[in-house]
Amino acid sequence: MNDNLLSIILFTPLAGMFVLLFIPSAQRTLVKLWANLTAIAGFAVSIPLALNFDASNGGYQFAEKAEWIPLLGVNYHLAVDGISMLLVMLTTLTGMIAVLSSWTAVEDRIKSYYAMLLLLQTGMLGVFVSLDFFLFYVFWEVVLVPMYFLIGVWGGPRKLYAAIKFFLYTLAGSVLMLLGILTLYFQHYQQFGFYTFEIAELMKLNMPLHLEQWVFWAFFFGFAIKVPMFPFHTWLPDAHTEAPTAGSVILAAVLLKMGTYGFIRFSLPLLPKASIDASVVQIVVALSIIGILYGALVCLMQNDWKKLVAYSSVSHLGFCTLGIFSLNPNGIAGSVIQQINHGISTGMLFLIVGVAYERRHTRDIKEYGGLAHVMPHFAKVFAFALLSSAGMPLLNGFVGEFTILQGAFEANPVWAALAVPGVVLGAAYLLWLYQRTILGQVTVSSNLHLKDLNLREWLVFAPLIAWALWIGVYPKPYFEILQKPVAQLVERVKPGYGGGAPVQAVLPRKEAR
Amino acid sequence: MHHLWLIPALPLAGFLVNGLFGRRLPKAIINAVAVGSVLLSFLWVLQVLNGLMPLETLYVERYATWIASGSLDIPYELAIDRLSAVMLLVVTGVGLLIHIYATGYMSHEDGYYRFFAYLNLFMFFMLTLVLANNYLLLFVGWEGVGLCSYLLIGFYYLKNSATTAGNKAFIVNRIGDFGFALAIFLIFIQFGTLDFPAVFSAAQPLPAESTAGILTAICLLLMVGAAGKSAQVPLYVWLPDAMEGPTPVSALIHAATMVTAGVYMVARSSALYLKAPLAMDVVALIGLLTAVLAATIGMTQFDIKKVFAYSTVSQLGYMFLALGVGAFSAGIFHVVTHAFFKALLFLGAGSVIHALEGEQDLRHMGGLRKKIPITFLTLACAWVAIAGVPPFSGFHSKDEILLAAHHHAPWMYWIGVVTAGITAFYVSRAMFLCFFGKYRGHHHPHESPVSMWGPLAVLALLSLGGGYTHIPQFLAPVFPLAEGAHDFTLVAISVAAGLTGIGLAWFLYIAKPGLADSIASNLGGLYKLVYNKYFVDELYFATIINPAIAGSRTVLWKFLDAGLIDGTVNGAGHMAQWVGAKCRRLQSGNIRTYATWVVLGAVLLIFTIGGVR
Repeated sequence: MNDNLLSIILFTPLAGMFVLLFIPSAQRTLVKLWANLTAIAGFAVSIPLALNFDASNGGYQFAEKAEWIPLLGVNYHLAVDGISMLLVMLTTLTGMIAVLSSWTAVEDRIKSYYAMLLLLQTGMLGVFVSLDFFLFYVFWEVVLVPMYFLIGVWGGPRKLYAAIKFFLYTLAGSVLMLLGILTLYFQHYQQFGFYTFEIAELMKLNMPLHLEQWVFWAFFFGFAIKVPMFPFHTWLPDAHTEAPTAGSVILAAVLLKMGTYGFIRFSLPLLPKASIDASVVQIVVALSIIGILYGALVCLMQNDWKKLVAYSSVSHLGFCTLGIFSLNPNGIAGSVIQQINHGISTGMLFLIVGVAYERRHTRDIKEYGGLAHVMPHFAKVFAFALLSSAGMPLLNGFVGEFTILQGAFEANPVWAALAVPGVVLGAAYLLWLYQRTILGQVTVSSNLHLKDLNLREWLVFAPLIAWALWIGVYPKPYFEILQKPVAQLVERVKPGYGGGAPVQAVLPRKEAR
Repeated sequence: MHHLWLIPALPLAGFLVNGLFGRRLPKAIINAVAVGSVLLSFLWVLQVLNGLMPLETLYVERYATWIASGSLDIPYELAIDRLSAVMLLVVTGVGLLIHIYATGYMSHEDGYYRFFAYLNLFMFFMLTLVLANNYLLLFVGWEGVGLCSYLLIGFYYLKNSATTAGNKAFIVNRIGDFGFALAIFLIFIQFGTLDFPAVFSAAQPLPAESTAGILTAICLLLMVGAAGKSAQVPLYVWLPDAMEGPTPVSALIHAATMVTAGVYMVARSSALYLKAPLAMDVVALIGLLTAVLAATIGMTQFDIKKVFAYSTVSQLGYMFLALGVGAFSAGIFHVVTHAFFKALLFLGAGSVIHALEGEQDLRHMGGLRKKIPITFLTLACAWVAIAGVPPFSGFHSKDEILLAAHHHAPWMYWIGVVTAGITAFYVSRAMFLCFFGKYRGHHHPHESPVSMWGPLAVLALLSLGGGYTHIPQFLAPVFPLAEGAHDFTLVAISVAAGLTGIGLAWFLYIAKPGLADSIASNLGGLYKLVYNKYFVDELYFATIINPAIAGSRTVLWKFLDAGLIDGTVNGAGHMAQWVGAKCRRLQSGNIRTYATWVVLGAVLLIFTIGGVR
């Protein structure tokens, strides 16, 4: 089974979707049940991937390779390393949760809705497991379509604006990225005499710095819009706010990670010279730090519960890109862990908003207040999600943030010093949100009889709570999984950096010894 | 193995039981779980110490790896030496008394189980903080106690002022943590480890930095963290507001234990501070400034808890003065005696408030010594202790600090003496206003139950006799004893300052009542300045918070985000639509128009090709 495990994981949601299309729309419960079964199966088939993954093996595992379009040198090539394995697990788990969370939230055209969710699932998984650039690009674009419809059909009042904005924004980035990919493709033909989209082959390219820089920026637009990095982030608040809860969860937990993953999988190893070029790094790091602080400050000002959570993603993803471009093991490993963490924490925060929205059909913070009184369990789960997002030690966020900041400090102490206030602001906007929605007296009478979490909602939160605790208390397995691939990546961009011995050169050890 | 992990794990178990099931449990079981877990933890501390005495070296237990990435290798490792032993005894001992007290004090409150769950969780984090053997695990406890402080300040979550005070405490502490986090990064870069023994032994051979260097930077950043947690200038502003929490919380977290975490952390890092004399000076100056500033504010407040809160800030300043002048053991000694008498002051104040059904204003008290005599007697013990009357506990520890300050710089001693006088004055003022004269309120005061005055009595004995615990001698293996004999004159002067403070308060509030008010009105602006706490909160709002909020709203969000960036994006969209609309006209369906375009194109083509040739 290990021989084509990745294909099974990849196509289980798609296969489920095709079966779903044959279920009559009138059979609403059956549609929901089948969608949930497919999503559970999608997660279940991914469990052997984690269990059989060999952390001591630094290379790609579970590889599958077949010719697809020989004329163009396109292969169907799937495989995972530690980085992509973790992202696959994040995708299958949050996919399952997103489907389950929709049971009562979406009542309109449910068959198409679940079909879109499942198609999206396959698209995202494809992005993380493809080792052929063409295949990757196909999945990258596939993701756009169901997400466009999820926002545009099942979204809030301004859904069309948000959906078109999302689509055009990310499409513009993708087109630039395509130019970058084609440059590499033709360069490879020039240098080696045959056409290929294989990542491993393209890594053999030796291009002049200026050309690498051009390609880097072409990729950068594609990935930075997806992340999203400041100033390419303005699609995100609208898309997140208008999307249905499950769409927001998937968007935050997985879709944004396609951008950070792109930096790690393509920008760094394919363009090592450009990736360590001081001018490039400075720009990317500056945008990351601006994103961290800017996102947090704008969060403080939001009156819309969901928009606040959306802007917090800009801040959190800023930490992820800062970690990547610290270009050392701590920064990159921390960044991957933080990508998982952001999926868990922000996923929970969006689910929280969803629970409130489903009961009151408003996202206006002023409409809430005093919910601790009527929904005590909800208040506790929210508090947990908040602490996990704000980086409380022994929960997941702290592990990622600390490792990233240690990495950033190793690269340049000023970066860390500028980024840390983002942690202070993170506590501020979340606590203030909590105070305004949960604490105090119940101020709006329609909140007086809200129902607390039901069993299904508990089931939605439970895996995320458990995962947050696991990463926070015992993150060792994650670091072990990441150790080899991250070390190889650092070796690729900065040969001789080593396993990450502290850089003495950064700060002269004055008067030591 | 001595199973050090049981010490924090027992209260954690208490938290889990009460936190998960407390809603459905009867009060007796909640009490048994909450108090019992702390009692067991206290007994286990005694058991461990019994097994490890004389404990002249560090005893370490390693359980597992926590974070291992690249060069980082951070274990779950607990350790105990004489410094942590002292802290453990104070935290579990005083903590136990306050838990018992709280079963009485909180008996009529909603959310009883929630209160004790949080209190147990606090014990878990505080004990982790004290037992941690590396900076990051200490930071876990550090953040954890901050969280519990937030939860307990905002315990009365229906009150907006309480939840706002909780937010303020958490966020101001986070500002301090900014410094602490950077210090941790810098320590790791410099030493390649965060383990205490490894860092300190690596720092040992380094020469003291005569100018600001790496170690000075590390120590200053650590001090930023300590200033947040231990309420020093300029980050002390959260502590007075923290009095919104129930009184046992004020006693346990905001007087006896958590706020001394910064003192503990600096003392723990003494090996680094000794190599950074500049940072030591900064610590001493901040401590001194905080001590004076808070003491003067304490003279003017009328809320009994606020008086004691500013007193705590001031006494913490004293402790930092001790650390800064190199008298680490004197600083810890004062942590211990202060834990006794300040916990007692708060619990006593709680007993008064309980007796008066929530009244906290000193102006509505008076003459209570006959109505609640046990509370009065026990509070009187704290009074003489904090006022520095020999031979009670505060006298001993304060004396050690003042002598060390004199040894370092005589002017520091003199400011310390004046502060001691002010301290004696404000505590005496509170006592006179509360217990003497005529009763000015309209409640029917009643004495508290034994669950409350029992702990008061124990703390009273400790406040009286705590000076003879010989903490500095006990700590000698950790901190070498300072040389220099006791100078009788210096001691006499500081005692005289304390007695003067008491006498002045007696004169103003007993002998000539009304005189204080007329002095206050004569001082006019100066009095208003102090009474309004030097307008520090207002200053922070005007210079930092309001500009940040306004800037975020108008400049970042409205102008940059919605205006400039989105404007550009939407503008590009509109531009595309416009171009599309114009180009659409080309496709008019009119054959003659098409023919014209074809001809024009052909002509253009010919000319272009011709031009190229």
